Amino acid sequence: MPSRGGLIGRRARGLAGLAATLAATFLGLLFVTFVIGRVIPIDPVLAIVGERATAEQYAAARHALGLDRSLLVQFGLYLRDVLSGDLGTSTLTAHPVLEDIGRVFPATLELATIATLVGVLLGVPMGVSAAVRQGRLADQAIRLVGLFGYSMPVFWLGLMGLLLFYGDLGWVGGPGRLDTSFQFVFDLDVPRITGAILIDTALAGAWDVFRNALTHIVLPAGVLGYYSLAYVSRMTRSFMLEQLHQEYVTTARVKGMPEWRVVWVHALGNVLVPLITVIALSYAQLLEGSVLTETVFAWPGLGLYITNALFSGDLSAVMGGTIVVGAAFILLNLLSDLLYRLVDPRAR
Amino acid sequence: MSSATASWRTWLTSRSPRSRRQAWLGQAYLGWLSLLRNPVALLGLAIVLLLVLTAIFAPLLATHDPLAQDLAKRLSPPGTAGHWLGTDEFGRDLWSRMVYGARVTLYIVLLVVATAPVFGLAIGTAAGYFGGLVDVVLMRLTDIFLAFPRLILALAFVAALGPGIGNAVLAIALTAWPPYARVARAETLTVRNSDYIAAEQLQGFGAWRIVTGHVMPLCLSSVIVRITLDMAGIILVAAGLGFLGLGAQPPLPEWGLMISSGRKYLFDQWWVATVPGLAIFVVSLGFNLLGDGLRDVLDPRSASR
Repeated sequence: MPSRGGLIGRRARGLAGLAATLAATFLGLLFVTFVIGRVIPIDPVLAIVGERATAEQYAAARHALGLDRSLLVQFGLYLRDVLSGDLGTSTLTAHPVLEDIGRVFPATLELATIATLVGVLLGVPMGVSAAVRQGRLADQAIRLVGLFGYSMPVFWLGLMGLLLFYGDLGWVGGPGRLDTSFQFVFDLDVPRITGAILIDTALAGAWDVFRNALTHIVLPAGVLGYYSLAYVSRMTRSFMLEQLHQEYVTTARVKGMPEWRVVWVHALGNVLVPLITVIALSYAQLLEGSVLTETVFAWPGLGLYITNALFSGDLSAVMGGTIVVGAAFILLNLLSDLLYRLVDPRAR
Repeated sequence: MSSATASWRTWLTSRSPRSRRQAWLGQAYLGWLSLLRNPVALLGLAIVLLLVLTAIFAPLLATHDPLAQDLAKRLSPPGTAGHWLGTDEFGRDLWSRMVYGARVTLYIVLLVVATAPVFGLAIGTAAGYFGGLVDVVLMRLTDIFLAFPRLILALAFVAALGPGIGNAVLAIALTAWPPYARVARAETLTVRNSDYIAAEQLQGFGAWRIVTGHVMPLCLSSVIVRITLDMAGIILVAAGLGFLGLGAQPPLPEWGLMISSGRKYLFDQWWVATVPGLAIFVVSLGFNLLGDGLRDVLDPRSASR
């Protein structure tokens, strides 16, 4: 039996390794965005001084930007800027990129969070039912639902959803976060506290705006939630199958424990740990998937910000957005890893 | 005739193959038999074959030139005489564009398959075979790339390199290789210490020959499964880049791009955006079904998961 000090030492080493991986991954991300920034065929100096500048003016601007230094020094400068929160200024909005992202990111987070809730609340029970009825009709049907999710382009499903539920049936609101008439009320009367429209309107007690916002978020969140559901249900099924074949399940059944308790308490309890990883990963994927969904639904979040910036050649904004999404992605990966260690005694 | 078939079968299923080729063909035959027992995977295979055949025979299947405009007939609904799937905003025949779109999709798929898995295989086998520092450095690199968001990174690459189908493929390949490296490394580790590798080393064969001749072939089946399962994702990312206007450029009949142009007419002329989306859906579904089936055949450990 290892001594207590040894155990703590091992844990600390594990955490230190995790932190090192995190740092290395983030550094790698910054290196890639830096390299991408270098190969861009746009000359940043020329963009500042204009085409009629003299050679001296050009050289001075080049020096001011640090472009006459070695690549390594330039990378160092770039690191310093990014780590101190300076992602440059957007040429499109004339605001610092970080400020812009702070404004649009809550909309994306709100969408991804609701979608994940949909995915988990439906996907986990579906996965469990499929595992219990392995090979039977319900299992096949659930598998098909998942496979469809893996095979449909998200932007197309969004468009089809708009066509059916907004265009034909009129059940949900159209693109955007609000109807135009409510947009004015929202802009004037509702203070921005969290940036999430459902929370802010609820806090302000503006329930008619809240209801309208709800009709607008249902469809994009449902579409994204479907993708989360496809992934979560498939993984839940596979984890559960593994557990249901274990001996403790047989023991519990032999003891006369009710079947629902065996499945939903004992087996599912043991599945929770790997499931957390899956949910965190699915959340990260939804943040990324928002680029396409937000374009389809004109949802004013980070995805739409990045695409708009892309088409107006606003490179700092594109790279800033990439860094933020990448960082969120890496952090979610780390978080799932940490939770895993916390919940699963074997991983300690 | 039937006796010839029977002797072929005996030759294929022989328990003591005389040559490497016989052993390999025998394995392939057994795999094929178990694939035949899986109707869902066969459906996937049929869809993928349909894609290939459509791409090859596109000029025969198309009823019109995919680029030919006919403004008098623009936005005709499906069922219009001569245009059974309707026309788009320039009066181009949607069926013909969809058929030629199979070529674009296949082109993207083949280009990615020719690059990302090869690179991943090289990295993974090298890491697994040499071990030690090489392994640590290469796998750290792989982990870093694995932690990147794929679509966003592809987006940033395309933003830098400029829109276009070649750059889109490059961007996808750059973000698609890490899983192959992981798989290849795991497979390499299982064979690295086997006797036949030791025998090769004792005979003085170099690492290059051992890795390419005796380690890589053993990784292939896992890598092929991974490729098939990945294909749907690659098609979706490529279509997404096309939809955003960063992949294939007009007037190329790329399915994602076609959806994007049909978006403007979504509520009044629904077919323009719907038809190419269905094509993407069916093809991705085909690859997914085939990939699931192949995994059951080639990797019995994970069967029925």
